Amino acid sequence: MLRNSPPGTADVGALERKATRLRRHMLTMAHGQGQGYIGQGLGIADALAALYFHELRYDPHNLAWPERDRFLLSTGHYSIALWAALAEAGIIPIEELVTYGADKSRLVMSTLDTTPGVEMIGGSLGHGLGQGVGQALGLRVDRSDARVFVELSDGEMQEGSTWEAAMSASHFKLDGLVALIDCNGIQADGPVVLDMEPVADKWRAFGWETSEIDGNDMTAIVGALTGARQRNGKPKAIVLRTLPGKGVPRIESSEKSHFFRIDVGQWDGIIAEFENSVGAGQ
Amino acid sequence: MEAGRTPAMGQDEDVGDGRQSVEAPFGRALARLGQSHPDIVGLTADLGKYTDILPFRDAFPDRFFNVGMAEQNLVAVAAGLARTGKVPFATTYGVFATRRAYDFVAIALAHSSLDVKIVAGLPGLTTGYGGTHQAIEDLALMRMIPGLTIIDPCDATEIEAATGAIAEHRGPVYMRLLRGNVPVVFEAGYRFEIGRARQLREGSDVGIISTGFMTERALDAAEALRKQGISVGVLHVPTIKPFDAEAVAEFSTGFNHIVTAENHVVVGGLASLVVETLFDASIAKKVTRIGLPDRYIECGAVPTLQAKYGLTTEAVIATIAALN
Repeated sequence: MLRNSPPGTADVGALERKATRLRRHMLTMAHGQGQGYIGQGLGIADALAALYFHELRYDPHNLAWPERDRFLLSTGHYSIALWAALAEAGIIPIEELVTYGADKSRLVMSTLDTTPGVEMIGGSLGHGLGQGVGQALGLRVDRSDARVFVELSDGEMQEGSTWEAAMSASHFKLDGLVALIDCNGIQADGPVVLDMEPVADKWRAFGWETSEIDGNDMTAIVGALTGARQRNGKPKAIVLRTLPGKGVPRIESSEKSHFFRIDVGQWDGIIAEFENSVGAGQ
Repeated sequence: MEAGRTPAMGQDEDVGDGRQSVEAPFGRALARLGQSHPDIVGLTADLGKYTDILPFRDAFPDRFFNVGMAEQNLVAVAAGLARTGKVPFATTYGVFATRRAYDFVAIALAHSSLDVKIVAGLPGLTTGYGGTHQAIEDLALMRMIPGLTIIDPCDATEIEAATGAIAEHRGPVYMRLLRGNVPVVFEAGYRFEIGRARQLREGSDVGIISTGFMTERALDAAEALRKQGISVGVLHVPTIKPFDAEAVAEFSTGFNHIVTAENHVVVGGLASLVVETLFDASIAKKVTRIGLPDRYIECGAVPTLQAKYGLTTEAVIATIAALN
């Protein structure tokens, strides 16, 4: 949002309602395509709502504004969540969301930077944090106080380049760089195949100021983001413990929710479950 | 070799025979460009000393970043800097920029056409450190990346000119680096243009199409062969991509026999490009390929290895003399 600094206080209820809207958009998108990375999207919805409607400064009508905060989605396959956030932020039309994953759609299943509002090509995991380091260095050269937020995932920490970037961020004292590490416990082959615990200790050992929170608790997210505003010479890591499929019980409980295909006949039930869980009027 | 410079980390100092040389032409040129181009930033992955970029660091310490031994991160960080409007020059050895950081060059740079210039030391057979350090297949690897400009300069004059040209060029570039005392083959008026080959010598019997430092050998060989009554033309092709197919085709029509010469394996690089070009243009010529074999090269002294694998003036002379 166009402003020079993030607000001091957050309307947690309003942000939760935004997260609900993002989830509803995602279900619409996945329904249209019959499949998608819906589990991850639903899990990260709260963090994206907090970023796009509270923490980030940006101008939806001037995406190249040099003083904007950058958000880099390193896990390109979470695009379903980014499209929902960009639509809700007024950067892409909400009506376009139904084209998710369709031929010729800009709303591809794994992000490309040709879609407005996308700051990097995600998808080849391990690329995001290093690019965030570079952007933070560039902003420093320009004496800008704009910040860089990078989303990455627990599985992505298995890519060595993630740690190359982590080392360099603390070396260069990039205190305007915030890593949001989505620990949802799943990767392509199922439950996390290589144990990454203790995650927060690893980031601390690499020189990052680290917090670890329930990534589906809006109060906790807003608190962690506020804590990460300090320009104290250290990059910030926020370890988000998220539930894949959050908000839709039958996706939450699925064992194969890395990539989700849903039979046509199941959709009514899924959407009813979601609407029941969010309650009327949201 | 100048005083105080140690032949470590694969260092070599093959400065050619009796030619004048320039010390660190790339780093000096970049430091000069830094004055007029405030957007240029420099990066290296713990090889600043060995890729001649330190003159830039010393001139612009706030615009220089050493990311340590991490070539994937080198390229990723450079991509991020480019996204903020900078023009990063990132140095490492060719083997690391290609084999280790390939996915980052392809996706983080080239897919988005970012303005990053990778300057890669130890091209081909310029070190005796063996397969770990000899970038003998880098041109072939990088050729496969869409939109990447690839340059293999011949000498100090061309390195200086090309450094300026790639700074102005919009888009990602991979440039091979000759470092240390680099011979001067071309005169000061030599014009380098991205994508353009230059005919440096007329001839009628054999046409050499060469790139990188093999053009120096080609010119010397042509002069020696003239004394033996063999007329040799030389076309220098410093830009591997985009390839000047038109100039190659036109040059080739004037000879019965074409010889390609490159400091690189003979698969996937200049020789392949020339053969593809001639085939596409329906020009039937005999083509003899001078370059490295499709195998890993052993360790040893650089002059010994270059002689063994045919990358010397003498070898070019012998190859061409044997054709006639």
